[in-house]
Amino acid sequence: MEAVNLRDMRASTKVMAAGTLVEPIAAQTAEQLSAQEFARVVDTHRQQIFRFLLASTRDIDLAETLTQECFLKAHRNWSHFRGDSTAMTWLMRIAINLQKDHWRNRRMQFWRHTRTNAVDVDEASDWLPSGERSAEQKLLAREQVGRVWKAVEGLSERQRTVFLLRFVEEQELSEIASATGLSEGTVKAHLSRALGKVRAEMGGKR
Amino acid sequence: MNLFRSKTGAAAELQPDAELDTELKQALVDFRQSVHAWSKAEYRGDAELNRPRSMRVATHSRWRPALAWALGCMVIAGGVSGGIYDHHRIVVERQQAAARIAHERQLAAQQKAQEDESLLANVDSDVSRSVPAAMEPLAQLMDDNGTN
Repeated sequence: MEAVNLRDMRASTKVMAAGTLVEPIAAQTAEQLSAQEFARVVDTHRQQIFRFLLASTRDIDLAETLTQECFLKAHRNWSHFRGDSTAMTWLMRIAINLQKDHWRNRRMQFWRHTRTNAVDVDEASDWLPSGERSAEQKLLAREQVGRVWKAVEGLSERQRTVFLLRFVEEQELSEIASATGLSEGTVKAHLSRALGKVRAEMGGKR
Repeated sequence: MNLFRSKTGAAAELQPDAELDTELKQALVDFRQSVHAWSKAEYRGDAELNRPRSMRVATHSRWRPALAWALGCMVIAGGVSGGIYDHHRIVVERQQAAARIAHERQLAAQQKAQEDESLLANVDSDVSRSVPAAMEPLAQLMDDNGTN
């Protein structure tokens, strides 16, 4: 997984900023460097954040909107980012919270806003990489992906987040714990329950 | 990347249910690749994100709240009219019950009056019969005076 630890990057910036004592660099330059750092973070991680939000919501427009909101929020709080965790973990935490807020607001606005653009599970499982597979294997793979989607649909919000971070984003348990604000034990428990449900869905339809 | 590394604990969560685990493992790999392929296809770069996007809006978004309100109003109206009807039914039943009780009381009073009358008649006849034989001439005399 490609993740940039900004601790070193920010330290180098400080060194450069501190260099103003020796070589007078305008304050604007430090801001420009910070903006460049952020632009790099956006380029590096936006697709991954979008992918996670797309898998969580199955709604392309919503995933795009939440991705933009995520980076807007990140930009606003960029000066507060201390580099305790990787930028990816920090961004993922923002994305998870935004997603949580969205569903909470959606539940509250049931009477006002009942529409959804979420893609159907069958439609979502149409996407398969074009590998060297026979038509029968592709059909089987599509069916299995559909079952996993169905199981994911039935997971609780927290289980789904943990499951997607582990099996789609391939994050370590410690990273998931950091992004979700849960302990590793809790992450393991959620993952275990989520896998149990996926296994049941797969096993029940064999 | 191996999804079932023992280091992360993910392997411990999967029981060695060999056949299913192989299938599950493959399904999870396919699922990941599917999501990645979908995301890659739908992902838009900076330039595309900056231009106005067409938003898919469901056609029922306007009438659905109206329908919800209409249904809500119908439920409330139904509840209120049901309550009124129920109240009316209870009042009518009470009136009918009161009328029935009054009628029963009246019948009972009439029956009691009839019983009293028949009892008095019996008493009269019994009393008239109990006139001793020695008094018969006197009674005859009284009858004669009364008729004449």
